[in-house]
Amino acid sequence: MSATTSIVTGGNPKVRRSTKRVEPIYYFFLFPAVILFTLAITLPGVVGIFFSFTDSIGIGDWEFIGFTNYIAAFSDPAILTSFLFTFGFSLVTVIAVNVIAFLLAVGLTAKIRFKMGLRGIFVIPMVISGIIIAYVFQFLFMNSVPAAGSALGIPFLETSILSNPDLAWLGIVIVTAWQSIPGTLLIYIAGLLAVPGDVYEAASLDGANKRQQLLRITLPLVMGYVVINVILGFKNYLNAYDIIVGLTNGGPGTSTRSISMTIIRGFQTGDYAYQMATATLFFIITIIIALVQLSATRGRNAL
Amino acid sequence: MATPTVLSTQSITTANATPKQRTRGERVSWSTTIILLLCAVTVLLPLYVTISMAFKTDTQSVDGNAFSLPAPFSIDGFVQAWTLTKFPVGFAMSLLVTAGTVVATIILASFAAYAIVRNWDRRLFRFSFFYLLAAMFIPFPVVALPQIQLTGRVGLDNPFGVIILATMFQLSFSVLLFTAFLRSIPIELEESARIDGASTWQTFWRLIFPLLAPMSATVGIFAFLYAWNDFMMPSLIISDAGLQTLPVRQNLFQTQFSSNYNVAFASYLMAMAPAIIAYLFAQRWVMSGVTQGAVKG
Repeated sequence: MSATTSIVTGGNPKVRRSTKRVEPIYYFFLFPAVILFTLAITLPGVVGIFFSFTDSIGIGDWEFIGFTNYIAAFSDPAILTSFLFTFGFSLVTVIAVNVIAFLLAVGLTAKIRFKMGLRGIFVIPMVISGIIIAYVFQFLFMNSVPAAGSALGIPFLETSILSNPDLAWLGIVIVTAWQSIPGTLLIYIAGLLAVPGDVYEAASLDGANKRQQLLRITLPLVMGYVVINVILGFKNYLNAYDIIVGLTNGGPGTSTRSISMTIIRGFQTGDYAYQMATATLFFIITIIIALVQLSATRGRNAL
Repeated sequence: MATPTVLSTQSITTANATPKQRTRGERVSWSTTIILLLCAVTVLLPLYVTISMAFKTDTQSVDGNAFSLPAPFSIDGFVQAWTLTKFPVGFAMSLLVTAGTVVATIILASFAAYAIVRNWDRRLFRFSFFYLLAAMFIPFPVVALPQIQLTGRVGLDNPFGVIILATMFQLSFSVLLFTAFLRSIPIELEESARIDGASTWQTFWRLIFPLLAPMSATVGIFAFLYAWNDFMMPSLIISDAGLQTLPVRQNLFQTQFSSNYNVAFASYLMAMAPAIIAYLFAQRWVMSGVTQGAVKG
């Protein structure tokens, strides 16, 4: 939709101005952003990719070693596990967050009491720092949940899930969901409010019950919003760092180490060029996801 | 004969029952309200624990019962946290980084968006738009390592370096929002100002920038939440621990002082509070801003 408007309105000045020169002041408006951007993001990006083909450790001499880093990265179990963990975690989180946020949004747009107060409460996690809330949850998972587990006699809860390599990821999903549901929820509320009320009237005249209305009418009508939420969420979860550092610090062992953490930790132990190869691979995957994202957005505009 | 009557009565009742959710003056769904209130408890519980732990004494904070109310009520945790984390310095650093990022993002992004929209027919400006937008797909971890090195080399391994980098990572999204909004402003509005003899610079500041206010609020809210809460970037870029922002300072309680729970939670609370208080005052703005941002972006 925005693309169409841009072409139409963007066309207006074209007719008038294409004969005139650009007023120099416009360069002054544009260049600070473009120049800073080039220095702060493009340049480091290029430098990083360059060094991924060397054996640099971050300082001192280095030599070109071609694709050695990439070949090594492909057979490095630490890197493969972190990629697998990050994708699995992102997938589970994106599904959990969207299902919960959608249901909450349906509830929050229904005829309920304390509507604004409840909305206000549900948005709070969005304004809290990820690492700090992760510290709070770490305390709850390590101390309070096991204490409650033994008090209630539930053996499953008696040991902390964070110290179990097979379950620690679940804690990260819970905290990430806790923090990112608000943003997703707000987008769903906007989507649900945009659905005209009379389609429900028509549906109920045709004898559709509540659940049928939700699945057959509401869901298809807000599909565009589902697409936005899934895309934005997945992108964020792939870069997960703060919450994991605060909650498990990648542990137990390296069972919950995300790609971001692998890159940073590797660098801190002297693997500059090698981790730049990982970062470059990660970047390529991000680009592929971006392309999928673009085609999906085109689908959304058609809706 | 009976069937149609039944059907029509049924449809009338359901027709009355279902839109009840949406239109005014109808039955409140208490079951939904109760379920949502229970869900709200899961949001509030961690916050309740943070607050109650923060006001406990040293001894009570280690008794293993996180959900009890503080008895006696103590502000000892805050006093210790204040000096341990050097709260005033941390607060000043967080404030500097946040204010710098918010202001720089709004100004640079609105400048660039204005130039781009008004010169859309020029290849340079069109190209710049897509160039700036491309960064939406470059996450910080991908370029973090060279950025750590380069900021160190040019003496920007401090809060100012974080301001620049944070602004650049906010830029794509913000330029996108501003350009979308600027395109909806009719050019005639601007032409009348120019007829009155205003230069482009004056037109921008007197006419365009005030018109952009709602978008600036959205852009500012996103920049604020990112800059105030971020841990990864400042922890990696700022090399002097004395200049760290509040979220990074909290790792003190993971390494040393790890069993001084009341102190740790008091410190967490002090770091969270400014954003929560700001949110309580600007609730409507935050909600509409986030929605606008996501839907337009």
